[in-house]
Amino acid sequence: MFDAALLNIVVYLPLGGIALLLAAPAGQDAFVRRLTLGLMTLQLALVAWLYLRFDPTVAGLQFETRLPWIASWGVHYQIGLDGYNVLLVLMTAFLGPLVVAGAFTAIRKDVKLFYSMVLLIQFAMLGTFVAQDLFLFYVFWETMLIPMFLMIGIWGGERRIYATIKFFLYTAFGSILMLAAVIYLVLSLQSTTGITSFAFADLYRSQLPLDVQCILLAAFGLSFAIKVPMVPLHTWLPDAHVEAPTAGSVILAGVLLKMGTYGFMKLGFPLFPDATLAFTPAIMFLAVVSIVYGACVALVQTDIKKIIAYSSISHLGYVMLGLVSLNLYGIQGAVIQMVSHGLTAAGLFLMVGMIYERCHTRELADYGGLAKLLPVYSVFFAILTLASIGLPTTSGFTGEFLVLLGAFGAAWQQYELGSTLPLALASVAVSGVVLGALYMLWFAQRFLFGAAKAPHQPFGDLDLRERAILGIIVAAVFVLGLFPDEPMRKTELAAKQFQQLVGTSRTGVRAAGEPGRGPAASENGAPRFARAGTGSAP
Amino acid sequence: MTHALLPVLPEAVLLAAACTVLLLDLFLPPSRRHWSFWLTQATLLACAAITVATAELQPLHAFGGLVVDDMLSDFLKLLSCVAVSTMLFYSRGYLAVRGLFRGEVLVLTMLALLGMMVMISAASFLTLYLGLELLALCLYSMVAMHRTSNAASEAAMKYFVLGALASGMLLYGMSMVYGATGSLDIHRIARVIHAGQGNGTVLLFGLVFVVSGIAFKLGAVPYHMWVPDVYHGAPTAVTLLIGTAPKLAAFALTLRLLGVALAGLEFDWQGMLIVLSLLSMVLGNVTAIAQTNIKRMLAYSTIANMGFMLLGFLAANLAGYSAAMFYVVAYVLTSLASFGVVMLLAREGFEADRIEDFRGLNQRSPWWAFIMLLVMFSLAGVPPTLGFYAKFAVIEAAVGAGFIWLAVAAVLASLVGAFYYLRVVKVMYFEDAVDTTPIVARGDNRALLSANGLALLLFGILPQPLMGLCVVALAQSGFL
Repeated sequence: MFDAALLNIVVYLPLGGIALLLAAPAGQDAFVRRLTLGLMTLQLALVAWLYLRFDPTVAGLQFETRLPWIASWGVHYQIGLDGYNVLLVLMTAFLGPLVVAGAFTAIRKDVKLFYSMVLLIQFAMLGTFVAQDLFLFYVFWETMLIPMFLMIGIWGGERRIYATIKFFLYTAFGSILMLAAVIYLVLSLQSTTGITSFAFADLYRSQLPLDVQCILLAAFGLSFAIKVPMVPLHTWLPDAHVEAPTAGSVILAGVLLKMGTYGFMKLGFPLFPDATLAFTPAIMFLAVVSIVYGACVALVQTDIKKIIAYSSISHLGYVMLGLVSLNLYGIQGAVIQMVSHGLTAAGLFLMVGMIYERCHTRELADYGGLAKLLPVYSVFFAILTLASIGLPTTSGFTGEFLVLLGAFGAAWQQYELGSTLPLALASVAVSGVVLGALYMLWFAQRFLFGAAKAPHQPFGDLDLRERAILGIIVAAVFVLGLFPDEPMRKTELAAKQFQQLVGTSRTGVRAAGEPGRGPAASENGAPRFARAGTGSAP
Repeated sequence: MTHALLPVLPEAVLLAAACTVLLLDLFLPPSRRHWSFWLTQATLLACAAITVATAELQPLHAFGGLVVDDMLSDFLKLLSCVAVSTMLFYSRGYLAVRGLFRGEVLVLTMLALLGMMVMISAASFLTLYLGLELLALCLYSMVAMHRTSNAASEAAMKYFVLGALASGMLLYGMSMVYGATGSLDIHRIARVIHAGQGNGTVLLFGLVFVVSGIAFKLGAVPYHMWVPDVYHGAPTAVTLLIGTAPKLAAFALTLRLLGVALAGLEFDWQGMLIVLSLLSMVLGNVTAIAQTNIKRMLAYSTIANMGFMLLGFLAANLAGYSAAMFYVVAYVLTSLASFGVVMLLAREGFEADRIEDFRGLNQRSPWWAFIMLLVMFSLAGVPPTLGFYAKFAVIEAAVGAGFIWLAVAAVLASLVGAFYYLRVVKVMYFEDAVDTTPIVARGDNRALLSANGLALLLFGILPQPLMGLCVVALAQSGFL
């Protein structure tokens, strides 16, 4: 009870913060910064407490709150933590203070409004993760758009207006089709089972014919795939990333992109298991294309922010690959990869921001030999680069290794059933690791080594604030790389539930007279598909 | 509940007060004009109070069935009073600096409200038409009130000619329905049609004319031509009036005509409304993109919004009607705030009606920029603003009635809409202010406009009371 209240406090703390900020007198920028940092730190402390209290042996929701919200539509205010979101919530809260501290010197215009937007987006992101009711999820999901739109548009670079409108319309296009699908899904649940509910737990019991599932998955998937982003729906990302202020890029790469993969994991795949099965080769193909294409395009970029932006596309491809493998290793690897990418991409974007504040350019050609000019900066940069590549002992290794293990496990089972395509795709995905090492190392080599040059010299090396931010991120990267066992235990039951939900056909029509309760799929007696990778990992 | 006049008590009070203000104002010097203003406001408050106080769960008929007083009419009358009162608060300063703050405005506004109320509680074609014409005549003259403005005169002329034509069509349609069914009472017509009596061909012809008349009054494509010109040409205060409370009355008109009297021809008018709704949503939203004048943009947005309203309406069941009603209420609230902000920025000799006049509003006044932001996101249907729930409701109603492709078209149209609403946000937040004149307004105007804007957010977080009221009002009025 107390913890459930605490979870609500965590979610609404940023809103209270906004009220405080707005009440603060004008011109008190230093106070505004410190206040926001304090709130974010407090939030992190509360989330850490909840994380420690989270019981990995309990399947399902913990710290749950469920209240009627819009009774006419059967909508509930339902939030809670489970194995799906616990790590992502922790990561979001973890990045919060870093984002705030990272923007201390970069943001000079409309400081109050800026930190209000940071808090608002933090609120919406946490709300999206903890929401357990589809309507509530959608409301939070869309609410994220407004502060991000303003953040890029007000504090962004030269082409910020183009970038932010593109970002908004792209994401709005995806989510608005999802809205139509949500309505259809809920109404069909109502007509087949008689319950009007938006709760995930109820929707997991919906029974839909395969063709309807395919259309609905396409609508949900479009929305999520745009957020991830999966090639070919990725074109908003480089623009948004490049034009966004550092804090915006960090939030975007660190958390917002995970909304897409989280959406697939929590909603897209488990809601429409049969369509997922039908689409698996296509999704796997797009995931592999994202991995390789993102890496190849990153290779030829001349803007340092764009390199990292495209590397995000590549890294998120692994997450998708892990999810569709439907193999315990793959799924858990996907979760770890989400968190890992959140840490490394956030760190790298912060570092780009730090150098940009000093030199006011993002052109790679303007830089060289920073190891001599900025030794501390270069050490941190090298570590994060290696983490991004996935060197063992860093978090990137754990994630990518598990994903590939899962993908090969699934592909091998398919191969034994006579399908070579998954195996071929998994093999291509491995090349992404090599390509990743290639572009990141080449980037680091041109950036850190060679003849020393950088515009706007002289400038100081990292100050205490910047060292602290990066030190915390690097520490987290190592902790996750060396001790992945603890977080994986917290997510294990959720991964198994995901596997079971996606592995159960739900095209059947319920027998007449049966109330809409209880596990649906095992009862309808439909013949099971021969499906690879649904069993526990070998 | 014994007295026969009780159901029309608000109308009676309003009429008496309108006459009083008309006379009183003749003897007031311009410096005492605020007496008339506050008397009008007191009347509106009294009407609202009487409406609430005499509200009954069961429908009550008066004047031999010409008038009905049910929950639906009480709810819509209350909202109309609130909307008109808010409109007067918003426009007082605007009208004063233009020399238009005269007794006629107040009297015409009250008479227009009277027309709306008569329309809302009409149970017969006769009263429906009576109310409609009273409303329309008041609006025509109010559009023309700014005599020295060419645009206003042109707008008034267009509005009058096209409006008269539409009224004629509606009347023609009504006369055919009368011919086919032998009655003007909407319930008796419904019974006759339900019993299968009446000439089907004549009824169908009548229906076509009735639907055309309704579409004109709503401003649905292809009967939308007057909307942009009138919205643009009229003084903003009058645009605000046209764009808000009459939509509630028009909804009542649509409901009484199609939902009650001609309910038996549901399958026929559903098809017509599908076309009207689809065209309005698409054309309204697409054309709005090209506008540089915010009043014209909001006019096209109205067209699109009426399309969305019809989307809910054409589901032709309780869920659909209540969704449409919720949509209209949400739209009126949003529309009030949007024109309220436009008038707030206007000053002597400056209309603030171009989108570029909103440039850098965030620098000039973060608060009004925020209110306008809420309005724009609400119109665009972005949660957690009221507009999202309204769109959700109508789309859900359409999907529930099986119009899935229409619903998909609607969501795509609303995406197109998001683009031009965003442009206003872009101008306010991303561009630097050129005009740095401080924004001055009366305290009551500021307080009310702030409350109005925040209501969009508040009802967005807790939409249940409003939504529930719509459902209850309709259910108690016999729509089950």
